[in-house]
Amino acid sequence: MKGLVSGAAAILLVSFALLFTNYQLEHKAGGAGKDTITVYNWGEYIDPDLLKQFEEREGIKVIYETFDSNEGMMGKIEQGGTSYDLSVPSEYAVQMMEDRELLIPLDFSKIPNIKNIDPYFMNLPFDTDNTYSIPYFWGTLGIAYNPSLLEGQTFESWESLWDASLRQKLILVDSAREVIGVALNSYGYSLNSTSLQQLKEATDKLETMGPNVKAVIGDEVTQLMINNEASVALTWSGQAADMISENEDIDYIVPEEGSNLWFDNIVIPKTAKNIEGAYKFINFMLEPEVAAQNAEYVGYSTPNKEALAFMDEETVTDERFYPNEEARENLEVYENLGLETLGVYNELFLKFKMGLR
Amino acid sequence: MKNNPLRFIYAVPYAVWMLLFVLAPIAVIVYYSFFDLSGNLTLGNYRNFFTSVYFKLTMSSFWYAFLITFFSLLISYPTAYFLTKTKHKQLWLLLIIIPSWINLLLKTYAFIGLMGLYGPINAFLETIGIGSQQILFTDFSFVFVSVYIFIPFMILPIFNSLDKINPALLDASKDLGANAWVTFKRVIWPMTIDGVKSGVQVVFIPALSLFMITRLIAGNKVITLGTAIEQQFLVTQNWGMGSTIAVFLIIFMFLIMVLTSGKEKGGNANGKVK
Repeated sequence: MKGLVSGAAAILLVSFALLFTNYQLEHKAGGAGKDTITVYNWGEYIDPDLLKQFEEREGIKVIYETFDSNEGMMGKIEQGGTSYDLSVPSEYAVQMMEDRELLIPLDFSKIPNIKNIDPYFMNLPFDTDNTYSIPYFWGTLGIAYNPSLLEGQTFESWESLWDASLRQKLILVDSAREVIGVALNSYGYSLNSTSLQQLKEATDKLETMGPNVKAVIGDEVTQLMINNEASVALTWSGQAADMISENEDIDYIVPEEGSNLWFDNIVIPKTAKNIEGAYKFINFMLEPEVAAQNAEYVGYSTPNKEALAFMDEETVTDERFYPNEEARENLEVYENLGLETLGVYNELFLKFKMGLR
Repeated sequence: MKNNPLRFIYAVPYAVWMLLFVLAPIAVIVYYSFFDLSGNLTLGNYRNFFTSVYFKLTMSSFWYAFLITFFSLLISYPTAYFLTKTKHKQLWLLLIIIPSWINLLLKTYAFIGLMGLYGPINAFLETIGIGSQQILFTDFSFVFVSVYIFIPFMILPIFNSLDKINPALLDASKDLGANAWVTFKRVIWPMTIDGVKSGVQVVFIPALSLFMITRLIAGNKVITLGTAIEQQFLVTQNWGMGSTIAVFLIIFMFLIMVLTSGKEKGGNANGKVK
C-alpha cells in the first residue's frame, strides 16, 4: 500500500511539474505582449532570416507558427486559444473568414508599402478593395512533367492527361476542386461552377481518366517527382518550382484551356493582440528588397512589382511562373462556393477516388 | 468488505473516466449526427449514409480490414507458436514489439522509400531477374504495410495464451494417441482461441479506420471509413455527416466486440477442454 501511495504521489508530482513547464511555455508563446507578434503561416513559407531582420530593426519578437490547411488554420483561429496577430489564408478562405467575422479590416495608412503591389493583384473578387487582405504570394495550377521519363508527350491541353500512353503514370493532388477543375477546364466550364449538370459531366469524364491515375496524394508528390519515381503530376506552380530546383529534367506547364489562379493573402485575424506590430510586420514584408529575398527563398511568385527588380532576371522572366497578363486571361480565381456545394464537390471526388484501381 | 460503502469510492475514478471520455464523446457524436450543414435537425445524414457511395465505402473498408486481419493472423499464429519454443522467448518477443514503439508515420514514410521504383525491394527484384514493379500505390502495398504495423498487436495476445498452456497437456494428448494435427485442433487451438479473438479485435477495429496509410501507401486508391471521416471534418467541414459515419463505425466496432467475445458460452464444444 505504501508503495502504491508513493508511486501515485510521484506520478502526480511529475505531472504537475510538466503541466507547469507547459503552461510557462504556452504563456510565452500565446501571451503576445507589446513587444511580440505571433505569425501563423504555411510551412516553409517565409525566409527565416527575414524574421531575424525584422526583430532587430523593430525590436519586436516574432513567434512563428505554421499550419498545413486553410480549414485547420480557420478552426484554430475560430477557437481563439492563441492570439495570432497575422495569418495567410488562401483566397476562398479569406472569404470564409470574412463571412465568419474572423478578420479585422486593414488600415492602409499604416501600410505605406502597399504601393509596391502590382495593381493587377489588387481589388480581386474575393476581397474587393482589399478590405481585409493583401496578396502575399500567387501562382497557378498546372502539370509538372519529366520529359526524360516520357515518350515525347506534351501537355498543352488538359486533354493530354487522358492519353492512353500515360497509363498508371499520373499523380493527382488530393483536393476535390483542383481535380474536378481539370475536367471542368477541359470542357471550358467555370472552375466555380455550381451547376450539377456540369459537375456530373465533369466527373463522368474524370472517371475515364481513372486508368491513368497512379496515386492521389499531397505534398509527397514533390519528393516522388524529384526522385524520378513519377513522371507527370497535377500540381501548383510553387511546388513545381521546388521540383525543378532539385531536378532539372522537370518542366511545368499551364494548359491553354485555362486553369486556377490562386493567392495566399496576409490578414489580421480578430485574435490579434498586437495590431500595431502586425502592421509593422506587413509593411516590412512589402518592402521591395525584403519581398524579393522572400520570393527567392520560397520559390512562389510575388505580387510585389518593385521586388522584381531585385530578383534574378531569369526567374522573373520565366513565363512558367510569371505568366504575362495575356496568359493570365484564361486563369480563374476560386470563389467560396459555400459549404453545401463544397460538399457536392467532395462527394463526387470521393466517388472518383473509390473507382480508382 | 462486502457491504462496505467505501468500496464504491474505488469505482469513482473509473466511473468518472467512462462518463467523461467514453460516454460523453459518444453522446456528442450522436448529437452532431442529427444536424445538417446549416444547423437544422435532420435524418438526412443517415439517409445519405445508405446511398451507394457510403455503402460501397463501408463494404470496401470491411474487405480490406478483413484481408489485413487474415494475413496478420496467418503470420502471427505460427510466429507466436515458434516464439514460445525458443530459448530466450522474452528477448525475441521484445524484438518484435520494439518496432511498435516507433511512430506510425515514420514507419510509413520509410516504406515509401523502401517500395519506391528505385528502392531496395525493386533493386532486389531486378537482381533476381523479375524486374522492377510498381509496388507503391497498390492494394498489395497497402495490405502489406498495414499487416506489418498490426502484427505485434496480434502476436502479443496469441503468445500469451500459447505460453500459458501446460506442456503436460500436450504430452497427455500424445499419450492418448493424438497426432500433431489432432493435438493442435483439439488442444492447442481451443486453448488459444481467446488470444486469437482479442488479437482479431485489436487489429480489425483499427484497420477499419486507418487513414494516413491510405494516402501515403495506397495513394488514396483505397478509401476507408477513417479517410471519409477525416475528409468530412477537415475538408468538407460537414460535421454532421462525419459524425454519422463515426456513429456507424462505433456500431460496427460494438458488433465486432460482441461477436469476438462471449468467452465461455461460445457453445464451442472444443472450448470445453478448459
